[in-house]
Amino acid sequence: MSHWIVAPVVLPALLAPVIAFVMRHDIPLARAASFAGTIALAAIAVGLTVMAAGGDTFAYDLGGWPAPFGIVLVLDRLSAAMVLLTAILALIVLFHAVATGWDARGRHFHALFQFQLMGICGAFLTGDAFNLFVFFEVLLIASYGLMIHGGGRVRLQAGLQYVVMNLAGSTLFLFALGTLYASTGTLNIADLAEKVRDLPVEDAALIRTAAILLMVVFAIKAALFPVQFWLPGTYSNAPAPVAALFAIMTKVGAYAIIRVHTLVFGPDVAVTEGLTGTWLMPAAVATLAIGAVGVLGARRLMPLLSFSVVGSMGTMMLAVAAFTPYATTSALYYLLHSTFSAAALFLLADLVVARRPAGDLLAARAPTVQNGLFAALFFAGAIGMAGMPPLSGFLGKLMILDALSGTVWMTTAWVAILLGSLLIIVGFARAGSVLFWKSTALAPAEPAPAPVVPEAETEAAPNAGPEAMRRPANAMEVAPTLAALAMLVVLAAAAGPVTDYLEAAAGQLYDRSGYVEAVLGGAGEVQE
Amino acid sequence: MEMLVASAVGVLTAGGVYLILRLRAFPVILGLALLSYAVNVFLFSTGRLAIDAPPVLSKYGDATYSDPLPQALVLTAIVISFGMTAVLVMIALGAYLEADHDRIDMTDTDDDSAAAEKEREA
Repeated sequence: MSHWIVAPVVLPALLAPVIAFVMRHDIPLARAASFAGTIALAAIAVGLTVMAAGGDTFAYDLGGWPAPFGIVLVLDRLSAAMVLLTAILALIVLFHAVATGWDARGRHFHALFQFQLMGICGAFLTGDAFNLFVFFEVLLIASYGLMIHGGGRVRLQAGLQYVVMNLAGSTLFLFALGTLYASTGTLNIADLAEKVRDLPVEDAALIRTAAILLMVVFAIKAALFPVQFWLPGTYSNAPAPVAALFAIMTKVGAYAIIRVHTLVFGPDVAVTEGLTGTWLMPAAVATLAIGAVGVLGARRLMPLLSFSVVGSMGTMMLAVAAFTPYATTSALYYLLHSTFSAAALFLLADLVVARRPAGDLLAARAPTVQNGLFAALFFAGAIGMAGMPPLSGFLGKLMILDALSGTVWMTTAWVAILLGSLLIIVGFARAGSVLFWKSTALAPAEPAPAPVVPEAETEAAPNAGPEAMRRPANAMEVAPTLAALAMLVVLAAAAGPVTDYLEAAAGQLYDRSGYVEAVLGGAGEVQE
Repeated sequence: MEMLVASAVGVLTAGGVYLILRLRAFPVILGLALLSYAVNVFLFSTGRLAIDAPPVLSKYGDATYSDPLPQALVLTAIVISFGMTAVLVMIALGAYLEADHDRIDMTDTDDDSAAAEKEREA
């Protein structure tokens, strides 16, 4: 039993209070500690991924209590990949927050950031349904703090809305867990997988209720159709680096759906047969449609990006809802892709919005200092998000289309994905041309790439604090955006090895007995 | 007793949902509190309702004992909902003081005035 499995949870959990209590007045020290912690987390995640790549499922009994009674953490290919994704994204976001000074605009950014990482990693690693609830709460309470970081009227209001929404979701989660426990007598996921199979079909009503309740809870996190409305308000009012970090939070919901609905309520389980397909597929189509229309109709940049996240979740859940190993592989690949492309766009938006007097309003105004650079980056990010070649989004969508071909939903899904992509491309093209292109025609007096002249006080920003707006972004500030875009290139270039790994992960996911044996097998030995 | 507990859960939930739909900070906070009470009672009942049963193990005699796990779950849920309510109250207070009203929902005009505000500030 390797103790490294618990490290992604313990490390941030120990680091965060130290940052909060010891380094709260010392930003440089807090930054150093936060960086060290996140780099260490990334290193551990790489180690865990290498460990899991061998194909074994590792169970870690917390406190040495055997599995169905104690809480277990489970490391397999999928959870290792998700932890690695979290660590890489966290590193990029942290770099951006420090380089742009976002972390100094409020207090306790780094402590909350580490708690957030603890919650996310825990949610990916846990093998116990109630423990999943606890880690959800950890990541949520940290996200409440991050969401309102920096303050401001609208952000606080959006934060309040976000908190209320998620508290209602948490209550629903508890109802679901209660129902699950009442009908099976266990909350360990591996044990549930066994018990649910053995349930007689006539007692299916309660467990089906629990399955649907759980799906609604995870759908809130994943921003699926009937409960997606919190996302645009939250993401577009959160500080941009936080919105970039939140790109992984929707994936926590998607991960939970994949995990629970393959292992416990799999498509081949008698009592919950046909449940996921009936509900998840229409929800995914509706989500994609809302995302695409939202992108097309958005009047500001941040809501536009938020709706594109909703759209990408819809695309991904289409593949998830098919519940075949190949479709899951494609969903996981698209998951990796959409996390990085959303993060890249939010980070870039932060750089642009900070330099526009009109904020993120989609209206032609005088060009920003580095109009050309921002336009190029936005172009790349939009290509990634819309799923055009040559970046990884194209490969992801192609795989999803391929995986869905031949299924009963083929027509609906293909139409939704292709039409949705078209709308998203149009929306992004419009936003890009208004933001970066028309602006050059509007104010030819101020050539974009020219060095900043102190007396260049045009009427474009009369009452501005123009110093900050005029200051071009330095290399350190642009680097995280470039890194996120580079991840898309890497994903596209290394698509072969990555999909091989994900295919193995999906195979492991559908191998229910392997998981159950890894978690419960050890317990049997102890008892005997 | 089943009837009593079930209707308690039902009434608490209904009240909670109604208050949440009021969309003002104070009723919503009360509504979420009611909902969390409802879920706590519900969690208790998931271990089957039992009267006069020893809490964990019966050392003396072979009487059945009540299921200890839901009690642990309820304890965890209470602690979490308590903490969450405190956070919620703080954020609601902050939002109320900043915005001068306690509406939970955000309208489009809010968004636009925010953009305009940003423009003015800049």
